[in-house]
Amino acid sequence: MQEHTEHHIENHEHIDSVQTYLLVFLALAVATVVTTLVAYVDLGAFSVVVALAIAICKMLLVVMFFMHVRYSTTLTKLVLLGGVLWFFILIGMTYTDFGSRTWMGVPGR
Amino acid sequence: MHSEEQTLALREQFDTAAQQKDASTLGMWIFLITEVMFFGGMFLAYSIYRAKFPEVFAIASTSLNVKIGAANTLVLICSSFTMVMAVRASQLGKLRDIVWWLVATLILGFTFLAVKAFEWNEKFELHHVPGMANFHLNGVGASMQGPASIFFSLYFAMTGLHALHMVVGVGILTWLIIETKRGKFSAVYMTPVDIAGLYWHFVDIVWIFLFPLLYLIDRHLNIQ
Amino acid sequence: MITAAPVQQRENYLNSSYGLKSWLLTKDHKRIALLYFATITVFFFIGGIFATMIRLELATPESDLVSAETYNKLFTMHGVIMVFFFLVPSIPATLGNFFLPIMIGARDLAFPRINLLSWYLLIIGGALAFFAMFAGGVDTGWTFYTPYSTSYSNTWVIATALGIFVAGFSSILTGLNFIVTVHRMRAPGMTWFRMPLFVWAHYATALLQVLGTPVLAVTLVLVFCERLLHIGIFDPALGGDPVLFQHLFWFYSHPAVYIMVLPGMGVINELISTFSRKPIYGYGFVAASSLALAVIGFLVWGHHLFVSTQSVYAGMVFSFLSYFVAIPSAIKVFNWTATLYKGSISFETPMLYAFGFIGLFTIGGLTGLFLASLGFDVHVTDTYFVIAHFHYVMVGGTIMAYMGGLHYWWPKMTGRMYPDGWAKLSAGITFLGFNLTFFPQFILGYLGMPRRYAAYPPEFQVLHVLSSAGASILAIGYLLPAIYFAWSLKYGPIAGANPWGATGLEWKIPSPPPTHNFDEIPIVTHEAYDYSSVEAEVA
Repeated sequence: MQEHTEHHIENHEHIDSVQTYLLVFLALAVATVVTTLVAYVDLGAFSVVVALAIAICKMLLVVMFFMHVRYSTTLTKLVLLGGVLWFFILIGMTYTDFGSRTWMGVPGR
Repeated sequence: MHSEEQTLALREQFDTAAQQKDASTLGMWIFLITEVMFFGGMFLAYSIYRAKFPEVFAIASTSLNVKIGAANTLVLICSSFTMVMAVRASQLGKLRDIVWWLVATLILGFTFLAVKAFEWNEKFELHHVPGMANFHLNGVGASMQGPASIFFSLYFAMTGLHALHMVVGVGILTWLIIETKRGKFSAVYMTPVDIAGLYWHFVDIVWIFLFPLLYLIDRHLNIQ
Repeated sequence: MITAAPVQQRENYLNSSYGLKSWLLTKDHKRIALLYFATITVFFFIGGIFATMIRLELATPESDLVSAETYNKLFTMHGVIMVFFFLVPSIPATLGNFFLPIMIGARDLAFPRINLLSWYLLIIGGALAFFAMFAGGVDTGWTFYTPYSTSYSNTWVIATALGIFVAGFSSILTGLNFIVTVHRMRAPGMTWFRMPLFVWAHYATALLQVLGTPVLAVTLVLVFCERLLHIGIFDPALGGDPVLFQHLFWFYSHPAVYIMVLPGMGVINELISTFSRKPIYGYGFVAASSLALAVIGFLVWGHHLFVSTQSVYAGMVFSFLSYFVAIPSAIKVFNWTATLYKGSISFETPMLYAFGFIGLFTIGGLTGLFLASLGFDVHVTDTYFVIAHFHYVMVGGTIMAYMGGLHYWWPKMTGRMYPDGWAKLSAGITFLGFNLTFFPQFILGYLGMPRRYAAYPPEFQVLHVLSSAGASILAIGYLLPAIYFAWSLKYGPIAGANPWGATGLEWKIPSPPPTHNFDEIPIVTHEAYDYSSVEAEVA
């Protein structure tokens, strides 16, 4: 039906079932409830790690299933990874400053 | 039913429909990456200040209504479901289904925005709007009102930017509904629905991070 | 020798349709390139007027031509216009827009209407910046440091920042367009490693535009919110941190300098190859170094914050990486030099500019290494040493490359040749004027002359006068091409398809090219810079 050019065609033969989407939706809803409830548990410094971990799982579900990245070309996956990496460069390299400010005292104080 | 050629809309710089779809999809993904960096700057500011003023941020966060926030998160997740169902309908060429799923997404989008407006209004009533003379956060000393206003500045800036993106999304959905009703799409040509879906899901993902970062800081302390 | 040229009969992109609408609503990448060309030329001359006033003021030690407050506005607006409205768009939006599709065998960019939108965004951004200028100007420096820009300045910060914000989206969309085009629109047989290095350079630039500019955009949004609403994000009185602004600003603005220089390097590849009649030595290394520059360029921004109260540990990390980022540039310079070796060199005007680029960019780049050293930077930061450094790379580098590229591709774009004698003279005048303007500034900076000061101690006057004299010569070097290029459009000799005997798909199509670029999309079988397939001299 559709000619295969040298470009890999995205999503063409993959149409997910309603069931798949419903399951993902339910998983996302449950994760939302979980993250809200877990916030009331005292995990100390670990709270933010758990909250972010759950958020990342939710993001992966949306990206893989709703945004069809499961079926996407390598290029799309690279673009996505690139964006996430660059975000971490922004946060991480700025942290080399803010995170190390207290390591050395100010001379004279 | 419209013929495939009429709905194809192949532009002259492209050789095949597949090339056009590939290019459009890649273009949208790159645009989404620019949005990641755009929101990223605000996430950076948020993380620096949260690390600098952890107690103030916790107190300020608990003044937000977590039930409403969680409910709104579910609304948006629901809208992502309806959006992907609209894309699925377009892959199957079912025009009427596309319209219904897009309308459902639109309604959920409006719901989210209405709830947001309600929440913002509540912030005004509680004097939690930074930059206004009557700004005051209870539970935090006078010297820390400044950092408290930074939390709320980030709250308004981040949820505001997000809401602006939702408004644009609502506009795009409206346009898609009109175009679908005019028979512009089919199983062979549904690229605009597909890439609008990508945009909508991205806006959902931003909220997936905003919700815990703004509403769920140290709730276990039960400060308010 | 002026010859009235006969009228060209063949259909090309210039004569295929007439009227304002056919230009303002065009989707043709070549016409859009010319729209950009006209626009950035205007911005360049306005930025140049500000530079003229700065150099006139600095010819005497007292702040006598203008007040200190006005002087602050002059250098701010010079910087804002030259960086955001001239240098960032320059080569990509003119030469890149015109030639990138042709070089890869495409009929147009992937998204022609977005290309037109990019131009309109630059116009709107420029209009906002002009409004701010005429309404009273901006005095924060092009770097908009807080809290001065957010809390204390009484000038048109928001309008200017808004103009830059809009122009930023112009840049983002151009980058997006180029990336998709290179990935998806290459002609059959045009593999990645057969593309001209000009395309690799623009691809790397596009990555920078797409990943860096959004951070500038959000930073400017935070600045106007802070200024309008006093929300405290950068205000120390409310617990905010002005250094956070600097991190956010320079996260874009350092990669921005590579956005400005990489396309120039891309042009130089083409010029060196054509006028040595040799393939670029180490093609793979040069391509890889373009990408490396784009990636490593994102990791060094903290070198602008060495004296800002940034932690010294972060300073060490950024200093180390800043030495590292010089390596890809050095690889290119070595490869260009190796290309010249045993080449058949001809000293056409574009080649003169290319030689100028290599020498001046090398000096500018090496002084960048001085600045990357923490200890040395503490002494010369915020002095004329820094100003000399960046003008060497931006003017001695990018603008030389831009002029070289304009001369090289002028016959292709217009179908006319520029007058050779005047062009070579201008190249010489530019080189002389440039060095006289900026070399003394290295010395001034080393001796302690601060930047952004209208008044200075009398012992610096001699060097300042030399610099101002140089500036007047440099101005002539730029004015002459404006005149003879315009003249050539009507009176220049008609140019053929390949006046330089160059390789590349753009030289296989007529001058000026037809609207659809190729009658038939070529099937590429040659490697890049394959001179065996090109006839010696084509009239």
